[in-house]
Amino acid sequence: MTIAPENNMVDVSFTLNGKLVDVSVSATDRLLDTLRYDLRLAGTKEGCGEGECGACTVLLDGLPVNACLIFTFQVRNREVQTIESIDAHELEEFHSEGATQCGACSPGVVMTALWIRNHPSLLQTHQLSRLMAGNLCRCTGYDAIVKSLEASLSIQERN
Amino acid sequence: MLRVEARSKLTGREVFIDDLPAEDIWWAGTVRSSLPRGRIRDIHFGSGIDWSSLIVVDHRDIPGPNEVQMIERDMPVLAADVVRHVHEPIVLLAHPSRRIVRQAVQAISVTIDPDEPMLDFRHPPTPQQIQYGSDNVFKKLKIEKGTVDEALAAAPIVVEGEYETGAQEHVYIEPQGMQAQVENDVLVVKGSMQCPYYIQHALMHALNRNEKQVRVIQTATGGGFGGKEDYPSIIALHAALLAIKGNRPVRLIYDRQEDMAATTKRHPALIRHRTGVDHHGRLLVQDIDVLLDGGAYVTLSPVVLSRSIIHAAGPYHCENVRIQGRVVLTNSVPFGAFRGFGAPQSQFANERQIDRIAHELNIDPVQIRKINLIKDGQTTATNQVINDGADRIQVLDRAIDLAEYHDRKKAHEVFNVQHPTLRRGIGVASFFHGAGFTGSGEVQLASQIHIHGRPDGILEVRSSNVEMGQGALTVFTQIVAERMAYDQDYIVIVAADTSVVPNSGPTVASRTSMIVGKLLEQACDDLSRQLNGESNTDGTALKDAIIRWHHIRPDQELIGKAQYNMPPDIHWNDLTYEGDAYSAFAWSTHIAEVEIDLRTFVIRVINFTAVQEIGKVLNETLARGQIQGGITQAIGWALLEQCHWNNGSMQNNNLSDYVIPTCPDVPPIAVEFLESPTPHGAQGAKGIGELPMNGPAPAILNAIAQATGADPRSIPLTPEQLMETLLT
Ligand code: FES
Ligand code: FES
Repeated sequence: MTIAPENNMVDVSFTLNGKLVDVSVSATDRLLDTLRYDLRLAGTKEGCGEGECGACTVLLDGLPVNACLIFTFQVRNREVQTIESIDAHELEEFHSEGATQCGACSPGVVMTALWIRNHPSLLQTHQLSRLMAGNLCRCTGYDAIVKSLEASLSIQERN
Repeated sequence: MLRVEARSKLTGREVFIDDLPAEDIWWAGTVRSSLPRGRIRDIHFGSGIDWSSLIVVDHRDIPGPNEVQMIERDMPVLAADVVRHVHEPIVLLAHPSRRIVRQAVQAISVTIDPDEPMLDFRHPPTPQQIQYGSDNVFKKLKIEKGTVDEALAAAPIVVEGEYETGAQEHVYIEPQGMQAQVENDVLVVKGSMQCPYYIQHALMHALNRNEKQVRVIQTATGGGFGGKEDYPSIIALHAALLAIKGNRPVRLIYDRQEDMAATTKRHPALIRHRTGVDHHGRLLVQDIDVLLDGGAYVTLSPVVLSRSIIHAAGPYHCENVRIQGRVVLTNSVPFGAFRGFGAPQSQFANERQIDRIAHELNIDPVQIRKINLIKDGQTTATNQVINDGADRIQVLDRAIDLAEYHDRKKAHEVFNVQHPTLRRGIGVASFFHGAGFTGSGEVQLASQIHIHGRPDGILEVRSSNVEMGQGALTVFTQIVAERMAYDQDYIVIVAADTSVVPNSGPTVASRTSMIVGKLLEQACDDLSRQLNGESNTDGTALKDAIIRWHHIRPDQELIGKAQYNMPPDIHWNDLTYEGDAYSAFAWSTHIAEVEIDLRTFVIRVINFTAVQEIGKVLNETLARGQIQGGITQAIGWALLEQCHWNNGSMQNNNLSDYVIPTCPDVPPIAVEFLESPTPHGAQGAKGIGELPMNGPAPAILNAIAQATGADPRSIPLTPEQLMETLLT
């Protein structure tokens, strides 16, 4: 068997957490690996590598996507937001309600939750639990996640 | 107290093993067996790979015995001549490029001459299939109380039943992984784990090193559920062998598919009951047979069997009980620890059996439990006298009230008559769970914990019990804060590093808060004593006293210590399996409501109620999280999570084909705690991590039986299986 050449590189520029970055990647590199191993942003996790668990959720032009299913070249000239852009004080309700246990799902859960929080009108057409269905959590049983998101939505509404 | 490490987890700052910098890392891969049983004839290294650029390890590179040190030493670190299951590791590789490692693993072909595998644990082996002892039985255990045969002969009614439960995959969201390197002749292994000292001992044994030459450090562990109790020893050994041979830092991370294919799962079980009852439903005799599938190697199976049979008769009083247990070899990927450790299997069978008896006698499922639940002064199957002040009937009653059981049941009956295609039902399960190691296990562990009063006044807890999501860091912080009246900002729990922390035992068996937490209280008291009994109601004064102590004694260490001793009132006989199996049991009743669509046979759990007596609630949010998370995992086991086997290998080893509960699959779960403090736990707390795994499967199947009139006796009960049950 022969080894696919690794030198088949492409240059990609995109906006990452508000800053322009340039990377040189192989055409088949996943965004997840570029973030984790090339750009050393290890907050985004790999739980399955096949789009099922949501641990790798990032926002691409504001929409949640699975970074394990996206080639890095696909984000050329687009905007990527990862968990590293999030500050703990934005997540107080998640802290107090117990939305994280082991933490492996949490960065992905938080990115999806922030997307919902940024688009509360989604809740007019979708149930909260359905919107969270793409993020697996094996620890919490989801109740604490849903409650913290509800709490954080209602605080946002009051303000 | 809120979870102490929550902010770093929520913001992705927590460092898991694969989050460490990877610049100089060599990535590892594993070449595995493709057959369930056979003799290795040839290992062929294919062309197109520059093999000299890789670190290559096989069994000949193991400096010590080729054995993974667990309960027994039957499992090789790497297969040498024979393989006993598909995915058994044979050759290890490492290279700086992950891509090249993946390709190199593919380029190796292993030729195996097949032998006849043993694949179905429910049938006795043929002579050609014997691979362990004379009968493939890893362990046989028996509990006997009263006179079972006479009581069965005399019982007015005898109900029989056979129950089956399937394997379950842990699906911790962080897959397994380890990193190893040699630093000044010390082998340093870091990774995702529950039991640092198990790993250290396994490394010392197979690598011929002393404890000074092996240092094991836990990194953030993204869920364990028992799956990171035994298997991490193997991954640690593999990473270490590569690191030693290549003298490079080596990282071995399983991707999800490899993790699901190669690592342990919950033991499948086949359980038979014969129960003698009187006409009111009083239990006269229970005759129970528990058979577990152990897979290819012993791993932790003997202790899983032990816990399984001790819980098999349920939280009921009965004068005559016989429980026989066996765990047997099959040529399947080994089964291992999983939350509940055999008790969910045996209590699933028991709670279905109780409901079926009620059905047969035409009495209410709640009533039959009320009649038989252990009252203070009565005994369990091992003749353990229960006198803990907990009221098991009150637990049941509270669950009934909270779930509005009787009203809901009536409403469902009306609904079922009226609705053309939907059926609803409500089911109950009462159960218990003993915390800590079984019998004399805690004495053998002899756990130790230290708390250092540092010169800066900080209290530093040193324990080998790890945080894996269950809240150990928070509970330990809270225990110290309350015992010493200390500000939580001045308390740290150091990382579990075998070169720093004493052996406080493995992070398993719901023992951390209760047993190790209790030791931590004692260590706190020991520290206070050394400060001349400085009061521990005033943390500020205590902190000053610690700082003063160091002023007077520079270069000395102030350490509060505690070591586990068997409480004098606990007696256990390992030979007869009689006595106090656990120093405390937590008690619980679950109530499940289901809705079934008769067109699709889809089963939805629509409501769930969990009431539990847990001694003392140390931290309400954490405790609720444990209960809700456990129930969700058990809903998956009951209804969704099916391993498809071929040649003892899981075929659906990915998260598209092996389905765990998602957010919309989980019903509202009402959780309520009752408290009857135990003298054997921190602040009176009992262990709760595993408890919630026991109830949901039987409660749900009892509800399905009630809704449909079916008599399902095996899980997972998928729509296909329910259809078969209903249409045949
Ligand atoms: S890792 Fe991307 S969805 Fe699981
Ligand atoms: S907190 Fe562990 S998987 Fe969600």
